[in-house]
Amino acid sequence: MNQTLEAVPQNWYLILSTLLFCIGVIGVLFRRNAIIILMCIELMLNSVNLLLVAFSAYAGNNDGQVFVFFIMVVAAAEVAVGLALLMSIYRNIASTDINVLNKLKW
Amino acid sequence: MMTIYILLLPLLASLIALAAGNKFASRLALFFSAAELLLTVYAYIIFTKEGYAPFAIQHAWISSPSISINMGVDGLSLLMVILTNLISPLIILSAFNRNIENASRYFALILFMQFAMLGVFISFDGLLYYIFWELALIPIYFIALNWGGKNRVAVTLKFFIYTLAGSLLMLVGFIYLYWKNPNHTFNWHELSALTNVCSCDQSWLFWLIFIAFAIKIPIVPFHTWQADTYSESPTQGTMLLSGIMLKMGIYSLFRWLLPIVPAGVAQWGPLALTLCIIGVVYASVIAIMQGDLKRLLAYSSLSHVGLIAAGVFVLNSSGMQGAAVQMLAHAINVVGLFYCADIIINRTGTSNLYLLGGIRNVAPRFNTLFMIVVLGSVALPLTNAFIGEFLLLFGVYTYNTWLAVFAGLTIILGAVYMLRMFQITMLGNTSEHTAQFNDLSINESIVLGTIAILIFVTGIYPKPIIELVQPTLEVILNKALIK
Amino acid sequence: MNNLLQDTALIFPALLIPLFPLIGFMVNGVFGKYLPKQITGWLASLAILGSFICAAYLFLNMNKGSNINIDMFEWISFAHIQIGFGFLIDPLTLIMLLVITGIGFLIHLYSISYMHEDEGFTRFFTYLNMFVFFMLLLVMGNNYLVMFIGWEGVGLCSYLLIGFWFKNNAYNNAAKKAFIMNRIGDLGFLLGMFFMLFYFGSLNYDVVANEAAKLGINNSLITITTILLFVGASGKSAQIPLYTWLPDAMAGPTPVSALIHAATMVTAGIYMIVRSNVLFALSPITLEVILIVGILTSVMAAIIGLLQNDIKKVLAYSTVSQLGLMFCALGMGAFSSGMFHVVTHAFFKALLFLGSGSVIHALHGEQDIRNMGGLAKYTKVTFYTFFIGSLAISGIFPFAGFFSKDEILAHAFQENIVVWIILTTSSLITAFYMFRLVYLTFFNEFRGTEDVKKHIHESPALMTIPLVVLTILSVIGGFMGLPEGLGFTHAFGNFLSEVTAPSLPYLKQHQHLSHATEIGLMIFAVVAALSMIVWARIKYVKNKELPAADESLTGLNKIISNKFYVDEFYNNIIVKPITVLSDLFLVLIDKLIIDLAVNATAWVVSATGKTLRLLQNGNTGFYVFAMVIGMIVLLLIRVIL
Repeated sequence: MNQTLEAVPQNWYLILSTLLFCIGVIGVLFRRNAIIILMCIELMLNSVNLLLVAFSAYAGNNDGQVFVFFIMVVAAAEVAVGLALLMSIYRNIASTDINVLNKLKW
Repeated sequence: MMTIYILLLPLLASLIALAAGNKFASRLALFFSAAELLLTVYAYIIFTKEGYAPFAIQHAWISSPSISINMGVDGLSLLMVILTNLISPLIILSAFNRNIENASRYFALILFMQFAMLGVFISFDGLLYYIFWELALIPIYFIALNWGGKNRVAVTLKFFIYTLAGSLLMLVGFIYLYWKNPNHTFNWHELSALTNVCSCDQSWLFWLIFIAFAIKIPIVPFHTWQADTYSESPTQGTMLLSGIMLKMGIYSLFRWLLPIVPAGVAQWGPLALTLCIIGVVYASVIAIMQGDLKRLLAYSSLSHVGLIAAGVFVLNSSGMQGAAVQMLAHAINVVGLFYCADIIINRTGTSNLYLLGGIRNVAPRFNTLFMIVVLGSVALPLTNAFIGEFLLLFGVYTYNTWLAVFAGLTIILGAVYMLRMFQITMLGNTSEHTAQFNDLSINESIVLGTIAILIFVTGIYPKPIIELVQPTLEVILNKALIK
Repeated sequence: MNNLLQDTALIFPALLIPLFPLIGFMVNGVFGKYLPKQITGWLASLAILGSFICAAYLFLNMNKGSNINIDMFEWISFAHIQIGFGFLIDPLTLIMLLVITGIGFLIHLYSISYMHEDEGFTRFFTYLNMFVFFMLLLVMGNNYLVMFIGWEGVGLCSYLLIGFWFKNNAYNNAAKKAFIMNRIGDLGFLLGMFFMLFYFGSLNYDVVANEAAKLGINNSLITITTILLFVGASGKSAQIPLYTWLPDAMAGPTPVSALIHAATMVTAGIYMIVRSNVLFALSPITLEVILIVGILTSVMAAIIGLLQNDIKKVLAYSTVSQLGLMFCALGMGAFSSGMFHVVTHAFFKALLFLGSGSVIHALHGEQDIRNMGGLAKYTKVTFYTFFIGSLAISGIFPFAGFFSKDEILAHAFQENIVVWIILTTSSLITAFYMFRLVYLTFFNEFRGTEDVKKHIHESPALMTIPLVVLTILSVIGGFMGLPEGLGFTHAFGNFLSEVTAPSLPYLKQHQHLSHATEIGLMIFAVVAALSMIVWARIKYVKNKELPAADESLTGLNKIISNKFYVDEFYNNIIVKPITVLSDLFLVLIDKLIIDLAVNATAWVVSATGKTLRLLQNGNTGFYVFAMVIGMIVLLLIRVIL
C-alpha cells in the first residue's frame, strides 16, 4: 500500500492538495449558495486529509492516517449538522443565499 | 483548624439561609452570625494565650502557578476578623422587621459577603487573598443591584467596574512579584521579604497596588463612586460597604502595600499621605452643605477614612495604631449612623434633610442613641473615635506639624456637619413627615444600644485593642522602614 | 505619699467626688422617667452635695504639701509613650472642687424650683449632673488628656444645655455655635498636647513642668506650645477672637448660665493656664499675648455691655469682661490673683445670674430691661441680693470683688501704667452698666404690661436661699485674700503658693507697692466706681432715661449695640466662604473634574466598542474573506521574518 503511494513523488501530492485547497477557498469566498460553500469546506478538509496521508506514508508513521479517519468521522458529523441547519434555514426563508443571512450583526 | 471553622461557618450559614426560605432566613442568619461571633471570641482567647501557632494553615492547592491555601491570623487580622464578626450580626439584626423581598437570598448574600471578607483578612497567599478580594465584590453587587434604590443599575455598574478595574491592576502587580520571587509563590512572608525588587520597579508597583486600595477605601480623588453607591444601596449594603468592606482597603494597605513595596512607599507615601489629608478636609467641606442624609454620611465617612489612611502612610507607631483603633471605631460608628439614617428614612419616607426635623419630640429613645453615635463620630473623649483620632493626629503631627494642623480641622468641621445634621433632623418642631415618627422597636434598640455600649467601652478602655495589634504593627512597620 | 494609711483615707473620698454626679447622672438618665419629678431633682442635688462634702473633707484633712495622686489605669499607649487615667488633688484642684460642688449644689437647689414647670425637668438635672461630672474630671485629672476629657465633656454639656429648649432653632443655633467655637479652641489645645507629648514624652503635669524647666526661658518650643494652649483656653473662656458664643449661650435656662457660663466652665481656661503656670512663665511672649488679649476682651465686652438691653446679655458681656480681667492677671504672671478672681467672680456672678433668673421668673419670662422697673418693692430678697452682687462686681469695699479686682489692678499698676489705666476704665464701665441694669430693673415704676404686673411675685424659698448664701459669700469671700502689701496674710495666695511657686523664678519680680500707694489706689478705685454708680443713678433713676429702641440708634451707638458687627464679620469671612467652597468642591471638582475623568474613560471604551462592532456586518463572505486575508498576512509575516 505504501509503495503505491510512494510511487508518486511527494511534490505532486503537495501540489494537488494545494490546488484542491485553493479551489475550496475560492469556492467559499465567491459562491453564495450555502450548500456549495459547505461542499467547498469539505474539499478543503479533504485536501488536508490527503496531505496528512501522504506525509504519514513518507514518514513511515501511521499516526497521520489514524488522524485522517478521525477527521473524516468528525467531518461526516459536521456535514450532517450543517445540512440540517441549512434545511431549517431553507424552510424558513426559502433560500440558501448566505448574503441574505446577515441578521447576526452588531 | 480554628481558622477554617471561622472562615467556613458563614459560608455554611449562607447556604442554609438560602435553603431555609424567606420566613426563617433572618433568624437563622442571626443565629449563625452570633455563633460566629462566639467562635471569634473563643479565637481571641486562644490567640491571647497561644499566639499565632494554632491558627496557621498551609495546604498545597495549585502547583503551577504555585498557589497554596495559606491562612493564618496575626494581631491585625484578628482585629479585622473581630470587626467583621462583630458588625455582621448587627447588620443582620438591623434588617429585621423590614419588608425585604426574597429575604432568604438577601441574608444569604450578606453571609456570603461575610465569608469573603473574612477570607481577605486571613489569607496569607497573594492570589488566595486576591480571589477573596474579588469574591467580596459579587454579593455586594447583587445586594445593591436587586434591593437598591431607583437609580441602582447605573450606580452599581459604575461601582463594580470602578473597583474591578483597580483590582486588576493589583493582580498585575502581584503576578510581577510572583516572577520576582525566587521560589515563585505568592506567599506573603516571602513577598514581604523580597530583596531583588529594585526601587525603580517598586515605584510603579506601588501605584498598581495602591490604586486598587485607594478605590476601595476610597481616597480622594478615587471616591466618586462612593456617595452614589452608599445612597442607592439598601441600608445593609451600605453598612457592609462602609463598615467592613472599606476596612479591607485599609487593612490591605497594612498587609499588601507597606511591607511588599517599601521603597515605593518611601517614594510615593508622602504624596499618598497628602492625598489622604486633602481628602479629609475636602470631604468635610462637602459634607457641610449636603442636603441628603445618606450622602452627607457618605462624605463624612470619606473624611474619616482619609484620616485613617493617612495614619497608615505616616509610618510611625502612633499613626498606625491609631489607624487600627480607628478602623474598629469607624466601623461601629458608621454602621450606627447609617442605621439611624435608615430608621429615619424608613419611617418618614424621605432622606431630604430639609423635610425632617423635630424627631426628638416624638422619639426620645432614638434621640439619645442617635446623639451618642453622633458624639462618637465627632470624636468626643471617652468615645472610641477619640482614641483613634488622637493617635492618628499625633501620628500625622509626628510626621509633619502643618499637616496635623490641616488634618486637625476635621475635629472642627466634623462637629459642624454632624451637629448641623443632628439639628436639622432631630431638633426644632416636627414636620409633616416626622409627626408620626414611632420610637425604636426592640431590635432597633438592641442594635443601637449595642453600638452605644461599644462606643463607650472601646473609648474608655482601648488597651486590649492596642495590645492586640501592637506586635503585628511593629513587624509591619519594620518591614516598611528597613528596606 | 509616705503616710499610706492617711492616703487611703483620702483617696476614697477623692474618688467619690466625681462618682456621685456620675451616679446621679446615670440614675436620672436611665430611670429618671420612672421617678417622680421632684425626686430626680433632689437626687441630682444630693449627688452634688455628696461631692461637696467629700471635697470639704479633703480640704480639711489634707496636709499641706502632700498631694493626692491616684493612677487608675493605663489609657492610651504606643511606642514608649503611656498616657494614664488618673487624678491629682492639690490646692488648685481643691479650690476648683469646692467652687464647682459648692456653687453647683446651690444652683441645683435653685433649679428644682426654677425649672419645676418645665417638661424637661428630669432631663435638665441629668445634664446638669453630667456637667458637674465632666467639670470635676477636668479639674481632677493628673494629665492634660484627662483634663481634655472634661474639657470636651463640659463643652458637650454646654451644648446640650444651651439647646435645652430644642424646639427653638435659634437656641439650637446658639448651642451649635458654642460647641463649634469651643472646638476651634480644642484644636489648639490638642495641638499643644501634641507638642508636649512629642518633646516631653508625657502629658503628666509634673513631668511636663520639669521637662519644660530644663529648656529654660524663652524657648520657642514652649512659646508655640503655650500659645496653642492659650488658643484652647480662649475658646473655653470666651476671649477674643472666640468670645461670641458666650452671649448667645444665654439661650439656655438661667441656672445653666449661672453654673456653666459664669461660675465654672468658662473659668476652665484660667484653670488650665494656672495649672501649666510653669510653662507659661517660661514664655514671656505668650504672657504678653495673653495680657493683650485679656485687655482687649475686657474693654470690648464692657463697652458692648453698656448698650445691651437683655438682662442676661448684660451679665454675659460682663462675664466676658471679667474673664478678660482674669486673663490680664495671668498675663502679668499673677496666677494666684487670677484664681482668686475666678473664685470671687464665681460667687457674685452666680448670684447675679440667679438673681436675674429670679427676676425673669417673677416676670414670667420677660428679659428686656426696658420692660422692667420698680421690681424692688415686689421682690425684696432678689433686689437686695442682686444689689450686693452688683456692688461686689463693681469693686466696692468690702465686697469680694473689691479685693480680687484690686489685687489685679495693683499688679497692673506695677506692670505698666497704661495697662492699669485701661483696666481701671474697664472696671468703671462695669460699675456703670451693672448699676444701669440695677436701676432700670428695680427702681422707678414698672414699665411692663398690667397683666404681667399683677403676677409679679417673689420667688419661693428654694430659689432665695441660694441667693442669700451666695450673697454672704460675695460679702465675705474677699477676706480670703487680704492684700499682702498692707501686712495682712493672703490666705488664698498662701494656700495656692505650692502650685504657683515653681513658676516664680521665671517671672519678673516687682517691689511691693508702698502702703500709701496701695491704699491710694484702693481709695481711687472705690471712689471712681461709686461716682459711676451715682452717675448711673442720676441718669436712670432721677432723669428716668430709658435705653432707646434698637432701630433709632445711630453712629457709634449703633455699632456698639450691634456688638461691633463681629458676628456678621465672622459670618462673611468664614461661614460664607466655606459654604461657597463646599458647593464649589461638589459641583466643580467632584462632579465636573473627577467624575468627568472617570466617565470619559468609560466613554472611550464604549466609543471604541461602538466603532469596532461595525466590522460585524453579518456578511459571512466578508468574514471568510477577512479570515483568509488574515491567514495570508500571518503567512507573509512568517516568511519575511
